[in-house]
Amino acid sequence: MQWLNAIIQGVLLGGLYALLAAGLSLMFGVMRIVNLAHGVLAMLAAYVGYVLVDSFGVPWFLAVLIVVPVMALVGYVLQWGLFNKALSRGGLAPLLVAFGLAVVLTQLLQEFFTADTRSIQIGLLGTNSIQLSDDIYIGVFPLITFVVGVLVIASVQIFLNKAPLGRAMRAASDDVETVKLMGIDNRQVYALSTALALATVGLAGMFIGMKTQFSPTYGDLVLIFAFEAVIIGGLGSLWGTLVGGIVLGVAQTLGSQINPSYGLLIGNLVFLAILAFRPQGLLPKAVTT
Amino acid sequence: MSLLSVSGLDVHYGDFQAIYGLDLHIDEGETLAVIGANGAGKSTLMKTIAGLLSPTAGDIDFDGMSIVRTPAHKRVPLGIALTPEGRRIFRSLTVEENLKVGAHTKRKGPWTLASVYEAFPLVSDRRDRLGVNLSGGEQQAAAIARALMSNPRLLLLDEVSLGLAPLAVEQIYAALPSITAQGTTVLVVEQDVNQSMRVADRVQCLLEGRTVLEGPPSSLSRDEIATAYFGI
Repeated sequence: MQWLNAIIQGVLLGGLYALLAAGLSLMFGVMRIVNLAHGVLAMLAAYVGYVLVDSFGVPWFLAVLIVVPVMALVGYVLQWGLFNKALSRGGLAPLLVAFGLAVVLTQLLQEFFTADTRSIQIGLLGTNSIQLSDDIYIGVFPLITFVVGVLVIASVQIFLNKAPLGRAMRAASDDVETVKLMGIDNRQVYALSTALALATVGLAGMFIGMKTQFSPTYGDLVLIFAFEAVIIGGLGSLWGTLVGGIVLGVAQTLGSQINPSYGLLIGNLVFLAILAFRPQGLLPKAVTT
Repeated sequence: MSLLSVSGLDVHYGDFQAIYGLDLHIDEGETLAVIGANGAGKSTLMKTIAGLLSPTAGDIDFDGMSIVRTPAHKRVPLGIALTPEGRRIFRSLTVEENLKVGAHTKRKGPWTLASVYEAFPLVSDRRDRLGVNLSGGEQQAAAIARALMSNPRLLLLDEVSLGLAPLAVEQIYAALPSITAQGTTVLVVEQDVNQSMRVADRVQCLLEGRTVLEGPPSSLSRDEIATAYFGI
């Protein structure tokens, strides 16, 4: 039963990882940007949420509703202000810009909030749980996180498949020059993609902030988990990212079951094994360009 | 008055000059074929008219307005559509999704999904297929259909027959009258001289970035064209 419990907790944790990774997957899928600032942007969202809840007494769910559009706006501005220019330079420029952004933003967060750990208070919700059997409990908050993660992945995927803007994003991913010939401003499509990606990052940052103690450098770990979920699942596929997140989550909880200090190690080993034996990931995109 | 008029156009790729002081004009409803050998500057000209390349000198007027500084995506709503060399169908999108992306600007006109499917039965048959799974001929038909979805006044067709089986080329050119019948002006670039002589009202032959011969097909002899084409 201990093992079953570990798997259940791992799946729930995987929902959080998928939520973390959705934005990274989306930005890579549409623009081929490896956003190294992904983790620290999630921390930015967490700090904005922290200030709202801690200093202004805003209820946490209301803080989520504020942080998500704020982060979408941050994404829109970042894309027009930085990434569109970097993309037009080509090559490594977007990667370097993202790296620079990550460094600067981490330092700024440390300047404002110090390196002390914080956490967004959600009261009893953090400890409430549902008892399934004698020794299996499901935390209400991890369950909410998992459901939100799956809903975010599903709705972004449906948006990409069905909405005209989603279609334009996939077209831009295939062939950006031809997209211009269709009368589409690719830079605007990119800006809206990043806005959408950072909206999910905002959500992810809030859930991390509510789940755990965070500090500005916690973004590094977030980036690594998100990156691993994306790679395990397969680049460019959001359903793959969900699977990747769950595989990573289960690997970590099973690892912790063996020995409490093995969790991260086993997760990283699964990631390495995927890179070595199935580099395209578990659910790669059907069409590779 | 000309629908499109290009004057004194210079286009460079870095230090390399591909087009030298080129003049070109098309009247509304006319079909002009630009012919020439590899490297004559035909595709460069098309990309420059569509806005993917910026000329280093010269002007491009469309419907009496200079568009030389207008970015590519803003030329489509004015009524310019390019079917690029190599077809460039979106590989991970279905044929129908490709057409819907083509209709992005929502420009009004005779072409809709229904009328495009009617004009291109081949495209209609393949509507649910992914772009990546199309043959060359199917891709070319889908690419022209996609360009039509923006209801262009000026349709630019680049290297329509390149790399296609003769039968596929026949089928695609068979659809051309239904396009010009709508009053659409067509600028077609071809390496296949015979094919372009059949469809065009006027032919303009380029050699190394300059116009060397121009006139209605009936007024040009085979020798004249061969000389202009190869520059010998």
